[in-house]
Amino acid sequence: MNDIDEIVKGIYLKEPRAIGRAISIIEDGDQRAGALLKQINAKNIQESTILGITGPIGTGKSTIINQLIAHYRKQGNRVGIVAIDPSSPVSGGAFLGDRIRMMRHAMDKDVVVRSMATRGKQGGLCAAAAAAVRIMICSGCDPVIIETVGVGQAEIDVVRLADITILVLAPGVGDEIQMMKAGIIEIADIVVVNKAECPGADSLFMELENVLHQRNCTVCRVIAREAYGIEKLAVFIGVIDKERRKSGQFTNKRKQTRETEIIDYAIEMMRDELRRRLKEYPGNYTGDPRTIARKLIDDICIAELDTSKRNCPEVFL
Amino acid sequence: MDIQQCRGRILIGKPGLDGHDRGAKIIARSLRDDGFEVIYTGIRRTPEEIALTAIQEDVDVVGLSVLSGAHNELFPEVLKALHQAKGGDIPVIGGGIIPEEDIQHLKELGMYEIFTSGTPVQTILNTFREATEKYRQRKHKII
Amino acid sequence: MNKHPAFVEWKETVLKKTLERFPERQKEFKTDSGFPAERLALPEEIDDKYLLKIGFPGQYPFTRGVQPTMYRGRLWTMRQYAGFSSAEESNKRYRYLLEQGTTGLSVAFDLPTQIGYDSDHKISRGEVGRVGAAIDTFADMEALFNGIPLDKVSTSMTINSPTAILLAMYVVVAERQGIKPAQLAGTVQNDILKEYIARGTYIFPPHPSIRLMTDIIEWCSREMPQFNTISVSGYHIREAGSTAVQEIAFTFANACTYVEAAICAGLDVDVFAPRMTFFFNASSDFLEEIAKFRAARRLWARLMKERFKAKDPASLKLRFHTQTAGYTLTAQQVDNNIVRVTLQALAAVLGGTQSLHTNSRDEALTLPLEDSVRTALRTQQIIAYESGVCNTVDPLAGSYYIENLTDRMEQEISALIDRIDAAGGMIAAIESGSVQRQIEESSYTYQQQIENGERIVIGQNKFQETKEVSPPVFQINKFIEENQVMKLLKIRAERDNQKVRKSLAHLEEAVRGKENVMPHVIEAVRCYATLGEICDVLRKVFGVYEETKGY
Repeated sequence: MNDIDEIVKGIYLKEPRAIGRAISIIEDGDQRAGALLKQINAKNIQESTILGITGPIGTGKSTIINQLIAHYRKQGNRVGIVAIDPSSPVSGGAFLGDRIRMMRHAMDKDVVVRSMATRGKQGGLCAAAAAAVRIMICSGCDPVIIETVGVGQAEIDVVRLADITILVLAPGVGDEIQMMKAGIIEIADIVVVNKAECPGADSLFMELENVLHQRNCTVCRVIAREAYGIEKLAVFIGVIDKERRKSGQFTNKRKQTRETEIIDYAIEMMRDELRRRLKEYPGNYTGDPRTIARKLIDDICIAELDTSKRNCPEVFL
Repeated sequence: MDIQQCRGRILIGKPGLDGHDRGAKIIARSLRDDGFEVIYTGIRRTPEEIALTAIQEDVDVVGLSVLSGAHNELFPEVLKALHQAKGGDIPVIGGGIIPEEDIQHLKELGMYEIFTSGTPVQTILNTFREATEKYRQRKHKII
Repeated sequence: MNKHPAFVEWKETVLKKTLERFPERQKEFKTDSGFPAERLALPEEIDDKYLLKIGFPGQYPFTRGVQPTMYRGRLWTMRQYAGFSSAEESNKRYRYLLEQGTTGLSVAFDLPTQIGYDSDHKISRGEVGRVGAAIDTFADMEALFNGIPLDKVSTSMTINSPTAILLAMYVVVAERQGIKPAQLAGTVQNDILKEYIARGTYIFPPHPSIRLMTDIIEWCSREMPQFNTISVSGYHIREAGSTAVQEIAFTFANACTYVEAAICAGLDVDVFAPRMTFFFNASSDFLEEIAKFRAARRLWARLMKERFKAKDPASLKLRFHTQTAGYTLTAQQVDNNIVRVTLQALAAVLGGTQSLHTNSRDEALTLPLEDSVRTALRTQQIIAYESGVCNTVDPLAGSYYIENLTDRMEQEISALIDRIDAAGGMIAAIESGSVQRQIEESSYTYQQQIENGERIVIGQNKFQETKEVSPPVFQINKFIEENQVMKLLKIRAERDNQKVRKSLAHLEEAVRGKENVMPHVIEAVRCYATLGEICDVLRKVFGVYEETKGY
């Protein structure tokens, strides 16, 4: 499973080995990534919906996702999941545990799961996650769900890849204020109050209704463990999706996402080049950092005009 | 691209029915602290579930722990399931309460290495590193 | 002789009553030099602090033991956990153990049995008869106890999620031997919460599991009054890597959950509590382990009295079984394990255990061979009959170190229980994974200490030997799975399947409603419904539990 053409063919044939390997190639910065990405820009990407699901630990995201998977599978859809967990800033390693809760779908070949670590970089992660989503869509997944934990900037960035963002909260779990501060609540299209049977759920629901009703954000209550409210959640998702496609908002959002993605790639490409040039920069970088930065950029621009010879990894070509 | 190179992706799985996950969890955590990305399947997985997960996640090594004594059945089953899922090239490392004579036999069947209780964690980590590096050389073309 | 009124009162009431009913094993107990061993050594001055914290054995707060004469009256039950391959093979081992002087049976079931699958289920592959006896129908249970009169032995069964079914089978086997349920003595583990925390043989989610548990307790309180209906186990929590403090705290937090559930189900705490026993781990930190057992006894008595308002003294007594720590055994220099087990067993005895299992030297490598099991049993017998520690009650009381450590353990355990309560109780703590995480943390720390040499394990990270001799290994009969499946298929073909379906339908009805499930399980068992079939009914109604994510 190492030939790019074979991998691309495999993706369209829904071969798990090909899908898995393709994502690794992008994620690990394999030099064949560019060639691979070029070949998978299929039309069905526009037709499929990308859902982002986030929220603090312990709110029951995995259970909700499990239920959503079951729901979409019942309707005959093939579902993709990109589950993102943070890398340890110390070791660079990560514990990707979302699988445990999704094992009941482990034998279902139409549930494509990929765990990803943030690997300490937001931009790079966005690019890799976006590519993973695209690969899954090409293999026939609709919807693809991106799952992230917590309230960091990395999570917000990743969730921005989604067409519809769902924030999961639960009474007594996680700090709602923290969510507000982090701005996640502002980008959410649907806020789900899970564990709706627990004390505190009603007041949380009311509070959210109060805050969110001016903003056209839906709040809904579910008890994920018993699949209660999941159908309704899926209906909300469907309605929003339909409306947005009709109003053109969908296309706009995709365009924005595309923009973000391109800038991410560009910055990442620049970063390598800047590092390389900085190493060759005379002296000990004494003087005003901003001036040095300006000079580096100017140099690159001149070089770009001067020559077509580029040192950029193939992945970004 | 400025992506931090992770050391590798490992799946730690517990096939069979025993719930003694102390060892599996210690290894999972030690691997994480050693810079690996670890996908843990939880207890009571079938060999087929483990194999399909390993394939979807495109891991570099599969680590298995069995303490019930069913290793002679379960390890080969995982190897077989991996093979059938086109992942027969992924190295599989096993651990558990495993007698000497079984170790030989299991390695002949294709297990990369087998560890028994009391093995220093560093020794186990070194083996995972070695297996990962070898596998990634075949897997990737990295600049 | 001490003349303190509290002591005199204890002597005249508690002690006297016991001596009348259960005379001591010997007329007098002597030291090696020939002078009498004191029954109960006391401080010169008995003050209030002594009475409050330490007291007298057999009396609140039970720090010195649950019986006034302890091992002078009766030795602990030497109970070796055993079971492997088929019911027939296990039966042979039980008879052997009974001949060798064990005084209670302890039945190990294989994993498919513990998780509610028949031997021919796909997931049972490779696991049938592996870590215990395979039981599919009541016919297997009958073979397991063949020739053993159930009214003459006390049987402990390590079974949790499917307790109702195995207990029902036991009852039906007794029925065939002409023995009534009320005559049966023994224990079922029936401790489901620790399965989510540590041992992993759960089937259903916590809430329905607790309902099954209360059904069993309720039924047994009427029909099997001699049977201990729950053995709340810290053993496996410790084996999963917890500290001694966590072991007791999590066990007690589980126990409190059960007591609350039983009270909610309408049971009187004084009916239920005396039938509740505990199961702890005896590990290598000799003095801390002794302090742990003493602290646990005192704390449990307080919890029962103050929190649950129990009135019967029997409800306040922490009665426990102990097993030496499996996780401390090494695969290197296996004979060293005999010494480890000896020290651990001695800690359990000095800590006042009611029954004891000593691990075999080869358990880090294999299921124990018969030779190794014998040495393990002999270890207990040497402590009991040669060491002299049984001649006096709680010999270490009054040691500054032991008493201070006992106090400290009690404080720490109590504080941890408070934290769990404050966070919404044990079920919430399990569902959120917080208990599991705390254990993982301890386990990782322990391992790192071994890795960096801070904690010394002889033969493993110090005083290693280069050339290891690998000892012989226990061989499981290769055909066990095949034989068991054939036996099962034969029963399925020969039984009255219509009767089975009917009994299962009745069971389902009871499970969906509020009726006690026990009589229906017994009926299904009588019709030769299999363990897997009965569990399927329960799974259908209750659903299954899924592991939490961990750290």
